Amino acid sequence: MLDIHIRFARGDFVVNVQQKIEAPVTGLFGPSGSGKSTLLGLLGGFIKPDSGRILLDDVCLFDGIKKINLAPHLRRIGTLFQDGRLFPHLSIRNNLTYGLNLLSLEDRMIQLNEIVEMLELSDFLDRRPHELSGGEIQRVALGRALLSSPKLLLLDEPLSSLDMRLRQQILPFLKLIKDEIKIPMIYVSHDMTEIKYLTDDILMIDAGRIVT
Amino acid sequence: MVIGQKGVFWKVSFRWFGSHSTYSSLLGSQGLIGHWLKQEFGITIAFTWVGAAIASAVMGFPLMVRSTRLAMSQIDRKLEMAAQSLGASPWRVFFTITLPLAVPGIVTGLILAFSRSLGEFGATITFVGNIEGETRTLPLAIYTYTQMPGGDMIAMRLVMISILIALSALIVSNLLERRMAKKMGRI
Repeated sequence: MLDIHIRFARGDFVVNVQQKIEAPVTGLFGPSGSGKSTLLGLLGGFIKPDSGRILLDDVCLFDGIKKINLAPHLRRIGTLFQDGRLFPHLSIRNNLTYGLNLLSLEDRMIQLNEIVEMLELSDFLDRRPHELSGGEIQRVALGRALLSSPKLLLLDEPLSSLDMRLRQQILPFLKLIKDEIKIPMIYVSHDMTEIKYLTDDILMIDAGRIVT
Repeated sequence: MVIGQKGVFWKVSFRWFGSHSTYSSLLGSQGLIGHWLKQEFGITIAFTWVGAAIASAVMGFPLMVRSTRLAMSQIDRKLEMAAQSLGASPWRVFFTITLPLAVPGIVTGLILAFSRSLGEFGATITFVGNIEGETRTLPLAIYTYTQMPGGDMIAMRLVMISILIALSALIVSNLLERRMAKKMGRI
């Protein structure tokens, strides 16, 4: 599914990853500064690798030799960010449908009402992001990312800004997504219990390299 | 950014060529641009209200550009990244995220430019003159009446009108800004 061979260096810091990822959910575990977020940036197209190749379902996202570097919006890779990043000027409904509306009908794998039901969002639809709590924001952000029907979903420490109680509330939703919607996910965290709750396929990253 | 640089360019250019003779030779009905505009579109700029509007716009434009630029530079780039990750092209990101979030700054800029043009004197009188019923703007009218014996009262009335317009513009801008801030939860 995902085939990564990339090298990226900035000063002394080098990310060098050669990895095939096949599992429905892959946990990416590593201490801060190990290159987790950089790797996600490289996959999402926000950082350009120095050399190498990235293939997603046989679509070439990046190839240093053939000079291919697909723009982020063409990669079909969704990201759930740590801080939600809901658009403050749009209602929750319009936030959710932002990516969905950009897709042609046949590309839409999931419909709004399915997500609203699954993530229990029906009470918020007409509200604005500032009226929601941290946990609710992350649920909406997750729904929004899923509705853009990505071929791969990157979760960049999505629970790290939430307290323990809220984490326990959101984790079952993530598990539900994993079981119900077959979108492959890479789940980045520095909390091993969180990762283990979702998957046994775990990659360790340290100093820019995958170590297991 | 592009608009900003163009704005500065025009401003500098107008300063550079800012003499009356240059304006007339370029934009007068026999001038290079003026002649072309008249031929192609039937627009006369020199000594008409259109010219007065252009003069005001040129003088007010840098103020608008500045506040628009400031508003855009303060937008969280992470939101634009999020939009891209949802499949939005850079143009779509600009029109659906960047621009709407910059609206308060753009409105402030518009009001600033409007207020600036309300007091615009030099460029107007140099470029399009002071023709009653055609290019006599509020400041020019006030000036004219203060030069006339017994015109002080009329001038005073015009000053009042000017103040009223400026105040209303300020109130409208404040209301709009408040509405936007409320929508985004900043108050």
